[in-house]
Amino acid sequence: MIMGTVPLDARQVDRCRALASEIADDVQRYVDNHTTVGVERAILRAYGASGITEGGIPIVNVAVDRYAKAGLLGHGMAYFLGRAILGGARNPQEATERLAFSPEIDPGEGAPAARSASDALVPATESALARIDAARDERGSRQERLVAGVPPLKYVIVATGNIYDDAVQAKAAASAGADVVAVIRATAQSLLDYVPEGATTEGFGGTFATQENFKIIRRALDEVGEHTGRYVMQTNYSSGLCMAEIAWMASVERLDMLLNDAMYGILFRDINMCRTLIDQYVSRKFIARSGIVINTGEDNYLTTANAVDKAHTVLASQFINEALALRAGLREEQMGLGHAYEIDPWLEDSFLLEIAQAQLTRQIFDRHPIKWMPPTKHKTGDIFLSHVHDAMFDLAGVATHQTIELLGMFSEAIHNPLLMDRYLALKKTRYVHGACRHLGEEIEFKKDGIIARRAILVLDEAVELLAEVKRETIWESIGRGAFADVKRTRTGGKGFAGVVQRNAAYVNPLLSALEEG
Amino acid sequence: MPTSPDGLLRAYGDRADDGMVQMAFVLALPPSARAREAAKRFAELHGLGEPIVATMEACADGYSFFVVYGHSKHGIDPNAIDVAELRTEVLTHDAVEQRIRARLKRRIVVVGACTGSDAHTVGIDAILNFKGYAGDKGLESYKGFDVHNLGAQVENEHLAERARALGADAILVSQVITQRNCHRENAHAFARLVERQGWRSQVSLLLGGPRVDHALALELGFDAGFGPGTKPSDVASYLVERLCSDEVPHPIPPVSL
Repeated sequence: MIMGTVPLDARQVDRCRALASEIADDVQRYVDNHTTVGVERAILRAYGASGITEGGIPIVNVAVDRYAKAGLLGHGMAYFLGRAILGGARNPQEATERLAFSPEIDPGEGAPAARSASDALVPATESALARIDAARDERGSRQERLVAGVPPLKYVIVATGNIYDDAVQAKAAASAGADVVAVIRATAQSLLDYVPEGATTEGFGGTFATQENFKIIRRALDEVGEHTGRYVMQTNYSSGLCMAEIAWMASVERLDMLLNDAMYGILFRDINMCRTLIDQYVSRKFIARSGIVINTGEDNYLTTANAVDKAHTVLASQFINEALALRAGLREEQMGLGHAYEIDPWLEDSFLLEIAQAQLTRQIFDRHPIKWMPPTKHKTGDIFLSHVHDAMFDLAGVATHQTIELLGMFSEAIHNPLLMDRYLALKKTRYVHGACRHLGEEIEFKKDGIIARRAILVLDEAVELLAEVKRETIWESIGRGAFADVKRTRTGGKGFAGVVQRNAAYVNPLLSALEEG
Repeated sequence: MPTSPDGLLRAYGDRADDGMVQMAFVLALPPSARAREAAKRFAELHGLGEPIVATMEACADGYSFFVVYGHSKHGIDPNAIDVAELRTEVLTHDAVEQRIRARLKRRIVVVGACTGSDAHTVGIDAILNFKGYAGDKGLESYKGFDVHNLGAQVENEHLAERARALGADAILVSQVITQRNCHRENAHAFARLVERQGWRSQVSLLLGGPRVDHALALELGFDAGFGPGTKPSDVASYLVERLCSDEVPHPIPPVSL
């Protein structure tokens, strides 16, 4: 891709990467010594455990909560699972049911030892990996056969609360030209410490992420794909308290993208930072294996903080997210780092500042499928102006070669998008992207112009912020509100009780296999 | 929200039967709580339940611009609607040329005009002129059509005389002005004139205009009507289907009005 560039000091970029690397190492040292109830549930699910109790509680929750309550989770659920298999359970499902419901809990003492328990899971580990790999290969063969969208990929959301209506709307959007369809989750699902089961038809503000719902939307998008000859991508949310479980479900149900960002949960859902950074790591191990593209949530910082003054916090966070993703084995091509078009549109030259940020992000993260988010904060009920605002966003996106573009909706400030709103957004974007397809290759930025100077300033500020975060550690800097002007403490927030230190003999052969790659 | 399926068709917002529609309008009131309430009631009078005033802004001194969303209670039964629809397969430029060449073996003579007092040639020009409309080239761009555009304010008698002299296969009458239904009267009078002169069966009569549809054209004694959004290729395809079909054309029944 040939394009105009803003002047970048490569040494400043290197400094950012070095600082982010040290910040991520500190996080990783903590993560490697801990596990969570969410991680352990994900491991049981990946081994094939499924089903719910008569009361509607997932069996994996019953099993994990039982061992957590007994203070035994530090061994890893795989330890008990392996011992149950050695004790006669025919498969991981039956073994999980024993862990959940057997009259006596396994206190984990005596033989068989950790090594034997782990060995007993070798065949189950292989089939768990094979299931993820089969879904990845199936996606690959469909992508080879069908035509992929041209970046910026047109990403739209559906959010009716009813998965069957979502399927109708997803198909309508795909037919109208959407390349990526995301089903927004029901409000507050991120705070549920279990994944609901089955197809769901009631949800406020969105639709529950469940494995069955994933299948329904996948089927709908596959149908449109076969019909139109285009590959249509599916997105959901691996965030909140069930990050790892949802990442596994998405891996085997062939999702293409996942919103996946611990920082988002910490800042905007008040989820405990220790909990979610551990969950994120394991979720990203599944994601790395399955070839899913993550979308990170830095764009949200600008919905609470000023988009001009705090632009560098987005860039700094992107460096940290990149470093953490590398430690989970993601390739750069899987890192959809997020940012947004949120500067006050009435500010003089606001478009130039947006171009500067988008161009800077594109140049620094040149292999990454950058996720570009539309204006929301300054939207009003004037749907006509809003439509123009979104068109300017499209123009900046195509001119600076953003990869994934969530389309703005003119009814942003009013309601979840109607079918009509999405149709018109797609039509307008098709026009702007088409009309300006190669504009970016025609542009040269003035060396000392407004755009170039802005890009340099934002990068310099990001270096400073990363140096501070490194000095304080990420835990402390989040505590003082370094990102999004939101403050969170290390032991505060939801889900901290579900964090457990690993024993010296922690057993998790599936995670080890994912780590070996 | 109306959710009971009574077989009627309602506007589709994001769920079946939600009836969601949007209205934009201006009221001659400055923005105020009273103006907002007025907008809400105005929307309710239009049949919108639970209206939400999404925006209220001063758009001029003493005037407010509103965007309102609400659930329309109105439903229609599409099966109870009977409309005359032109069902012509739209052909490509090449296919039109090829069929005229192969089947008719001569050019189709087309005469067009805005009749009566109507001076608005934008419609007839869009269909006939080489340039066409919305990227769709006009009938003049086809080798298979011999096009005579007589322009604006052509009297019915003059149009009939010229069309006969030119040996017209088809006459396109455009009526843009719709004041007091003058478009209907003019068009109707032209069809009757051709009928009276005794050559109605030898010519296809096409009527076009922003307030025209196929049903109206039939009612006024024409063979086909073309409304807003019609492209030249629609008209070209219709003429090819009518004049270049393999079958012997049916004698056109006399028009009773």
